[in-house]
Amino acid sequence: MAKVKMSKKATSIDMTAMCDVAFLLLTFFILTATAKNPEPLQVETPNSTVQSKLPEENLAIITIGGKDKVFYGIKGKEVRKKTLELMGAKYGIQFTENEIQEFSLIDEFGVPIEGLKQLIAMKGSDRNKQGVQPGIPHDTIDDNKNNQLRDWIYTSRQANIDVQNEQLNFAIKGDAEEQYPRIKQVMDELQKQKVNSFNLVTGLRGKNY
Amino acid sequence: MAELNTNDGGGKKGSGKVRSKKQNSKVDLTAMVDLAFLLITFFMLTTTLSKPQAMDLGLPDKEEDKTKEKDIKVDQRRTMTIILGDDNKIEWFHGLLESPEAGGKPTQTTHGREGIRKEILKRVESVPQVTGNKDKGLIVIIKPTKESTYRNLVDILDEMAICSVPTYAIVNDFSPEEKALADKLNKK
Repeated sequence: MAKVKMSKKATSIDMTAMCDVAFLLLTFFILTATAKNPEPLQVETPNSTVQSKLPEENLAIITIGGKDKVFYGIKGKEVRKKTLELMGAKYGIQFTENEIQEFSLIDEFGVPIEGLKQLIAMKGSDRNKQGVQPGIPHDTIDDNKNNQLRDWIYTSRQANIDVQNEQLNFAIKGDAEEQYPRIKQVMDELQKQKVNSFNLVTGLRGKNY
Repeated sequence: MAELNTNDGGGKKGSGKVRSKKQNSKVDLTAMVDLAFLLITFFMLTTTLSKPQAMDLGLPDKEEDKTKEKDIKVDQRRTMTIILGDDNKIEWFHGLLESPEAGGKPTQTTHGREGIRKEILKRVESVPQVTGNKDKGLIVIIKPTKESTYRNLVDILDEMAICSVPTYAIVNDFSPEEKALADKLNKK
């Protein structure tokens, strides 16, 4: 019988190239990834199949969740600064240059304007603790006194036009379990100011759910 | 590239032969590649998923002055009303509540593929045939009750997008009969 000769092949593959590519990609993704900012109000958005992205600019996000708490966030530092100036003038609260600068770094907030100074004075990590921010007052019954959400919406629209010379878009980010009337209240608020078109922030799911 | 030169030049000591050691000169990269790909996967998924999706919603102008509002007459054969109740329940009917279209009696159903979508799809197809005009398709009227959640609203709006319903509206007024129907739905 003839001997079957096993050819002696190398058992290990040269992984150098693969390693190179992998690390190249890794570097790319790390650099392009944007760090996710911690949110003061965690909400679980409902899912939809619609695949359109939120705009990056000229956007204000109204977050509703945690039993009728409303938080407000504006994109763009300059717009934030201008909004705070206008709000301060409206409510007769003087904000210092430092406070305005610090406020422009806050993505999202949910305190009455009277408590905004304390919030600005806090450290960033303390701001997002549970229970620190009680939400923006948005009582529609006592409309003129206690509806600060309306004023935030109004002044930020004004600020956006002043700064960017463009209309501000609105997105509603509601918690999936939030009751419909609470969402409707915010929608009504927008509609009162003739904002009839806005985005609903959702997660993504397949069509066959 | 990854091979390390373990030959140390030789020529030490005068004691005879220069032996080149036969060491395995390759570094095992498997673990490193594993780790790299794991991290790639992680960063890839987080970057694409972190940007939130958004759904456009356009609402009609609000007329402050109620007297200026005009009632628009709509063919009853085209309208399908969907009432959103609590516990993700849905009640729907086609046509008028008093005299529903054939097969469109008030019925309770659920969200999703097996529930409301079947009915909507059926009517998206049938309504233009009934009216005999392609432009006169189905009109869905969404009526969320106070007990429904935001998830229900988004689900049903999503359903509109999936079924490509030509016209839909969110209406918050309930007629007394519809109110009764909604109350019955929420109590069950």
